[in-house]
Order: sequence, then structure tokens, then C-alpha cells
Amino acid sequence: MDPLKLLFGANRQVTEAQQQFTFSRRAFFLGGTQVGIGVLLAGRMAWLAVAENEKYALLAESNRVNLQIIPPRRGWIVDRNGRPIALNRTAFRVDLIPDRLADKDAVLTELAQVMRLTPIDVERVRADLKKAAGFQPVPVAENIDWETFAAVSLRTAEMPGVAPSEFFTRYYPEGASVGHLIGYVGAASAKDYEEKRDPLLITPGFKIGKDGLEKTQEVTLRGLPGAKGTEVTARGKLVRDLATRPDMPGKTVKLTVDAGLQAYTGRRLGLESGSAVVIDCETGGILTLSSMPSFDPNSFSDGIGRIEWRMLQEDDHIPMLNKAMQGLYPPGSTVKPAAALALLQNGVDPEETVYCNGGYTLGSRTFRCLGHHGPMNMRNALMKSCNTYFYSMGRRIGYDRIAPVAKMLGLGKEFDLPMPSQRYGTVPDSAWKRKKFDQDWSQSDTLNATIGQGYVLTSPLQLAIMSARIASGKMLDPYLIHGQRKPAARLPFSEEQLQVVRDGMDLVVNGAGTAVRSRLPLEGIRMAGKTGTAQVRAIKGGQRGQSGNWKYRDHGLFVFFAPVEKPRYAGAVVIEHGMGGARAAAPVAKSMMTYLYDPAKAMEELTALEAGWGGDVNTRMARKAAAWKAASDPKTAVQAAAEGSVEDSEIKKTTEIEERLDTGAPVNRDAAASPEPETAGAPVSSSTTNVPPPPAEGSPQ
Amino acid sequence: MTDGFVPAPLKQLPWRLLFLLLAIGGFGTIILFSAAGGSLTPWAASHAVRFCIFLVMAIVMSRIPEEYYARLAMPGYAAVLILLIAVELIGGISGGSQRWLDLGFIRLQPSELMKLVVVLATARFYSMLPAGQVRTWTAIWPAVLLFGVPFALVLLQPDLGTGLMIAAGGVTVIFLAGIPLRLFVGTAAIGAAALPVVFSFLHDYQQKRVLIFLNPEEDALGAGYHITQSKIAIGSGGIFGKGYLNGTQSHLDYLPEGHTDFVFATMAEEWGLLGGLAIIVAFVMVGRWGLQVASRATTRFGRMTAAALSMTIFYYVTINLLMVMGMAPVVGIPLPMVSHGGTAMLTVMLCLGVLMSIERHSRRRTGL
Repeated sequence: MDPLKLLFGANRQVTEAQQQFTFSRRAFFLGGTQVGIGVLLAGRMAWLAVAENEKYALLAESNRVNLQIIPPRRGWIVDRNGRPIALNRTAFRVDLIPDRLADKDAVLTELAQVMRLTPIDVERVRADLKKAAGFQPVPVAENIDWETFAAVSLRTAEMPGVAPSEFFTRYYPEGASVGHLIGYVGAASAKDYEEKRDPLLITPGFKIGKDGLEKTQEVTLRGLPGAKGTEVTARGKLVRDLATRPDMPGKTVKLTVDAGLQAYTGRRLGLESGSAVVIDCETGGILTLSSMPSFDPNSFSDGIGRIEWRMLQEDDHIPMLNKAMQGLYPPGSTVKPAAALALLQNGVDPEETVYCNGGYTLGSRTFRCLGHHGPMNMRNALMKSCNTYFYSMGRRIGYDRIAPVAKMLGLGKEFDLPMPSQRYGTVPDSAWKRKKFDQDWSQSDTLNATIGQGYVLTSPLQLAIMSARIASGKMLDPYLIHGQRKPAARLPFSEEQLQVVRDGMDLVVNGAGTAVRSRLPLEGIRMAGKTGTAQVRAIKGGQRGQSGNWKYRDHGLFVFFAPVEKPRYAGAVVIEHGMGGARAAAPVAKSMMTYLYDPAKAMEELTALEAGWGGDVNTRMARKAAAWKAASDPKTAVQAAAEGSVEDSEIKKTTEIEERLDTGAPVNRDAAASPEPETAGAPVSSSTTNVPPPPAEGSPQ
Repeated sequence: MTDGFVPAPLKQLPWRLLFLLLAIGGFGTIILFSAAGGSLTPWAASHAVRFCIFLVMAIVMSRIPEEYYARLAMPGYAAVLILLIAVELIGGISGGSQRWLDLGFIRLQPSELMKLVVVLATARFYSMLPAGQVRTWTAIWPAVLLFGVPFALVLLQPDLGTGLMIAAGGVTVIFLAGIPLRLFVGTAAIGAAALPVVFSFLHDYQQKRVLIFLNPEEDALGAGYHITQSKIAIGSGGIFGKGYLNGTQSHLDYLPEGHTDFVFATMAEEWGLLGGLAIIVAFVMVGRWGLQVASRATTRFGRMTAAALSMTIFYYVTINLLMVMGMAPVVGIPLPMVSHGGTAMLTVMLCLGVLMSIERHSRRRTGL
């Protein structure tokens, strides 16, 4: 076959006419092509402009409009009288947006000049920029003064990527006193953002609750963000402002707390490591929940410095622990009122006497009392905190009958409170011991537990509830958020039975009891209470719980209510290593009650005390922080190291913490009773506040 | 011929075409006024002036008899080819790619002129070829050479868009000359098969453009940005557009090259689908007019030239619109008479000048 024929066709001779015909046909084809393409183009355009119009209109709009989130103003936290505990203040900040940063070096140089940044600041910003994702603003400075803010704002056009903004910063007027209760706020973590993908979380200046009520009430406090639209060019140049949707501020959270009392208590605890809880006996509302030393939520909310953080971490008074809810202590004699109620419930006549000759003999061992009290009835036994009476009577009915009453009064319980964590401790009984140690409950266990030693561990909050329930005769439950509550049920005790215990507690302060020095300096108002002293560890050699190394000293506890006749307030005070309830804890309770009835008088007393302590809480904390900063300064640190102080003390602290962690369940329970006041019975070593309770302990019932 | 008050020379002008051109050019000016943010400078005024000058030039060209173009086709082609080689050499010497010759008063881009002369030369070749030889090799290889050499030269510059248009012009004439269809189908099949090989010969940036065209969202902020933003502009315009001077994509600089290659997107954002249809219809009508000229032409040269030039103008429009609507890679072909920039308008006006001359020629023959 002719290959040409294949290519060009059979008829290879073409005439002019044929050629003309071919041309016309092909030109017609081209004309058709033109129309066809025209239709195709029109169709494509219609598809874009009609079918996909919505999508592209949206894209054009998101090109044009730069939506800037306005973080909502956080709701206030106010006390029962509407006095603000946490509020907002206007502040200024400057951020860098890495995406818009064209010339990093030029901008940083100019910014450093305008804002008078130190080379260290600039280095920090550079380092942050390297790590930052393009959309995430890198803070340059927060809380700058208005002049600097204005100076930067004027130059934003020359410095693309620099974003000065106005924001609100959280302010806690009472500072450290409300630290544990309120918590603090901080910038959302990367993890928070990964979870929610809420652009609000990465908005500069926006903070979320990180601890305490700020954390648990986040939903109420946060509010809804506003948006500010600006029209921008492709190069990010602002053309004009568009409509702004204002933010919806978060709602106010009203607490049952009395801000004045909370602040006063924080100051009154002074140099001690302790906690205090006061409860409204009519409702169960918490009037104060104080744990000191604390941290200043103001400095936390602004971003805490490394030195300040280390200072808090290394303090042996553990400022980062909310001791009122998370500190667990052997309650010591403060549980005697509960034991007394259990005795009454089990048919013990309150007038029956036990003769105290200084101790109680169980088998071959003697459990000591504080003194030789002679014949003791129930009221007097409470007044004198006579161990012999409670050993004897407790043994008669057995601890398995006391434990339910202790639990009913709130010990070992977890309460429904909007706080991040609570620890509930232990109220032991034979079943508990069987399960936990696979051992039988012994008589000496009963004796120890009856006077609040041995296995018993409680939190200050629980002790306060116990006191409030005895005082009111009602099953009060604590609460923090102000609002209507269901009336509490009555306790299953007769008014006569409760009155015996209240009488005994009245005598503790106002009779010939252990806390007579803490009688209220007020006309016609009496406070009832019960002291307690809890041993920290077994007494060895010359080391007694009443002297020596601070961290081996006894804890001082006090539970109370006032006024005696018609209780309005009840509470508990625990002073770690305070050496005795009467000595360390009761005076604090006395001051708090005085404050509630006569603030001026209480303040006068406090001012005198603070003069001796070296200023109020905030002054002392500021001084301490300054000292730490000076010590962390390289020059002074070298000097200090030469004197052999810094490193040595650090090593010592580490070993101390390890030692604390080592102390686990009670040991050496049957050792000889202590000769020290109020702490007879089983010496225990499990009172440290940073030891988590073994998991099986005290499940709430 | 004596009726009316209109003088004969004016009456002889192809008013239907001129009206279309004035409409397109005028609309272009209006769009460029908006593209500059509502200002005559820097684009609208110069566009209008240039348009008028070139239109007058085209009308003047229409007075030149068709035979002149036929006779000048081959020398003209040779001259432009030499210029093209010169550009290549100068570019080689100066060590960079160059597309134009600086003649002092004008920057001459020979590849643009080639779009016209390749059509003229190929048409001339076929008009001289006896009808009997159309189905032989003699009818093919010279024509292929005629567009193949400049196509290769322009590809070297490198300018894929212009190169393809030169080739398309040549192929169109070959097609119109009556070369058997099976050759086109066969070549197209081979070409399609060879596409990967061709692709591998493309420059990196050209390859990238093709890849981005296939998937513009992949690189929405980089090289795919042009197409993405153009589609946003067209799509957001809707049926009636956002209103004159209300385009945000163009005014806020999101649309790159909004006054040159992407002028259609600038228009579509403000005039919507209706504006787009107007432009498409107008160009289809210009093409139709060109094909009508071809069908009425009296010489074989005139017929083929008119049809092929009509297609050349239409190729401009097609490639540009496919590109701005995201159906073709970004190749840098402007929308003639609407985009700001003189070269494309000059080429199109030259084509129209020749077309009008052919039209005038055919009317003389038939009219007299």
C-alpha cells in the first residue's frame, strides 16, 4: 500500500472547486469552534459567578475583612456583699504577628528603640519568634505604660507585624489572701488550643482561669468575644474600620465569702503555715477559706517570673498548696466533741464520771493523759481535753460506733465544691483496717482514734464543717457560690445531747478549759471551741514536738463556733507545726470572730502583730521576692556560694522534701504516750501536708 | 452610491466591526479607570489614546490593497524572523532572556509581529501552491517549517503562550488549506502521547505553572495565588457584579495583574456575569465578522488570511479567558483591547487592518 495514499487519501488530485468547498466547510467548522468556545467560556463563568457565587463571595469577604477578636471582659468575682474580689483593669500590650513581619531585624531594631527594650528582651522575642507559628502572636511586652503604647501605635504603619493593643488584666485587690480560693488566670496553653481550636484562645491578652474559682467558674466568667472588622489590602494596609460587634462581658460570680474576713484571715495567719475556714452556721456558706502562705494571683496572672516561681516552689511552707482543702492532719483532740456525741448516742450518761489519774492502762501499756484530772464527766472532759475519759468511754462503745458519727459530722467526706481538688482523709474503722492492712482492729487503735490520732486524717474544711454541724444541729453542706439552698436536714441527735457537747466546748474557752486565753474581747458574745494538738512524728530522744526543728513540731488545731447561745459562725484553724491548738490556732479564731463583730478592734490588734512580723502579707512577700532576686543575680550568687549558703541549703531542702515523701502510713503507733499537753496517745508521723493519702483511704460515703 | 449625506469613504468603512471594536476598547478604558482606583492615570487614559491611534492605523491599513499584503508576506516574514533571531542573539550575549528589541523610540517585540506574519506567509505559500499539490508532502513541510522555526525560537525565549499562538496560527492556515484531516488527528494523537516528554523539556517555572493550573489550591499563597484570586474575583461578582468601582479584589490588591492579564477578573467582579457575557459575545461577533470576510474574499490568499487572522484574535481571547477562569495555566496572554499594554493591541489591530483590507478588496470586486 502506498504510504502516501494512507496519509493523504485516495483522491490525491484536488481541483480549485474542491479546494474552495473544503475551505468553506473548514471555515464553517472554525466558526462553530468560536461559538463553541464562547459558550464554554460563558458556561464556565456562569458556574463561577452563579453556582459558586456564595463560596467566592465569602472568600472575597474574608480577603477584604480582617476580623480582629475582641476578648470579652471577664466577669467579676464578688463577695457576699458585692465587694469585688477579682476585677479587670485596662492595660496595654505589644505583640508581633510573625506572618506579617516582613523585615524582622529592622522592625525589632526600631521597636527596641521606641519601647526602650533591653537586649535581653530583644533576644527573648527573637527566640520566641523562632518557635512561633505564623498566626500566633508573640508578645513583646505586657502592661506597658500609655506613653510607650501611644508611641508604638503611631508607628505601626512603618513597622508591619507589630500589633499594639489594649486589653484587660485581672486584678485581685486582696492579693495573696485570696490566692488559693480564687486561683489565677493565664494565657491558654497550646494544649487548650489544640483541643478547642477556638481562635479566642490565641488572641493576645486573652486569659483563662488556671486554678481555683477562676478555673471552675470559667464558663460563667468568660463571656462572648466581640469582633472588630477592618478592611485591609493584600499587603495588610488598613483601609477603614468596619462595623464592630462589642464583646459580651462574662457574668459576675457572687460568692458566699466575706472578702473582708478573707483578707483579714490571710493577714492574721501571719508568718505561720496554716489555714482557716469559717462557715455560716445558718446556711453552710463558706465565709472564708484561707491558706497561707500563698501566692499573689496578680503576679501569676501577669505571667510569673522564673525567680518568683522558684521561690514559691522551694518554700518549706508550701505556698502552692491549698491547705484548707488539701492539707490533711491528724485532728487530735478537736474530734473529741464528735466522740462525745457518739458516746451520748450509745447511751453514755453525760454525768457519769471517769477518774483520771494521769493515764489509762491497756494491758501492759499506759496511755498518758495531760494531767491528773480526777473525776471527769463529759462536759469537764471536753473542757480539760481529758484523754483518760475518752480512752475509757471510747473503749466501752468501740470505735466502730464512733466512726459513723465522725463521718456524719463531715470528717473523711468530700464536699460538692467548685474547687479543682479536695482531699478527704481517713476516718478508720475495723472494716477499713481489715481491707487496708488485713489486720484486726485493736483496742489501742480505738484509743488512738478516739483522741484523733492514729489513722485519723482530716482537712481543715472538714473540721470546720464538723464544728458547724454541731453548732447548728443541722447537716450543713459547705458552698461557695451565693444562691438559694435547700434547708439542711437535722442531725439525728436530740437538742439535749448536742447541748452537752456545746456546753463542753463553751467551757473550753469560757470556763476553766484549754483555750481560756482566747476568750472573745467582746461584750456579750462568747465563742465555744475545742483545741487540738497533733504530733508530727514519733518522739525521739530530746526532740519533742514542742521545740526544735520547725518541721517536727506539733500541729496546732482549733475548732470553734460563736456566739455560743445562737451560733452564727463556725470554723476551724490549723497552724502547721504551731506546737499547740491553744497556743497557735485559737488566737487566730479569736481574732477572726472579733473581726466579724468589731472590725476596728480586730484591725488594731492585727496592726500591732504585723509590726512585729515586718509588715503585712504583700509587703513581706515583695521583700522576700526582692531578696530572692538579689540572691539569683549572678554576682550575689557567687558571693553567696562562697559563703557556702545557697547550694548547701538547696541540697538540704531537697533531702527534706524526700524525707517528707517517705513518711507514709502511721507507724510506731503503740509507742509510749507523749508527755506533752493534749497529745497523749499514739505518736504518728503521717501529718505532712504534701503526702497523698493511700488510694484506699477514706472513700467518701 | 449617491444617497445620503455621508461621504463615500466613510460609508465604505465596516461600521459593524468598528462599532464592536469601539465598544470593546471603550469598555476596556472604563474597566482600567476602575482598576486604577477610579483614576484616568496611569492606565485608562493611555489605553484610550493608544486604542484610538491603533484603530486609525488599522483603518489606514485597510486602504492598502490586499495584493500588497500578499506580495509583502514572505519578505515581511523573513524580516521578522531575522529580528527574532537577533533578539535571541542579543539575549544570549547579554546573558539573559530577552523578548524585545530596543529601537530607541519603541520596544519592538518581534514574537508579537510573528503572530501576524506567520499567517500571512503560510497563506501566501498555499495561495501559490497549485491545487493539485495539496495532497502531497510539498504542501506540508514548508508550512510546518514556516511556523516551526519561529515557534522554536519563541519557545527558547522562553514564552510558551506566544509560541503556542504562533504555532496555532500556522496550523490554522494549514487546516484551512485543505490538508487531509487524518494528518491533524494523527498529529494530535502523537502530540498527546508526547506530552510528558514535552513537559520534561519545559522550564522549571513553566512546569510549575502547569502543575499549579492542575491544582491551584495546592499553593494558594504562592504561584497558585493568581488563579485563586482571579476565580474569587469572578465568582464573587455574581450575576450583576458588585457595582462599578466597588470591586474589592482589585481595589485592595488581592487580584494581581488586575489591569493586564487579569483585567477580565477586574471587570467581572464589578459587572458580574452580564459584563462577562457582553465581552464574550463581542469577541465572538468579531470572530464571526472575520470569518464572514473570509467567506466573501475573492482570492485564496484573502480567504485563508482572513479566516486565520480571525482565529488568531480569537485565540488571544480564548487563552486569556480560560486562564483567568482557572481552566488554563497562567501563560501571560492579555485580553486584546481590554488589557492595558500596547503590544497585544498592536498585533490585534494589525490583524484587523489586514482583515479590513481584504473586506474592502472583496467589496470592490463584487460591488463594481
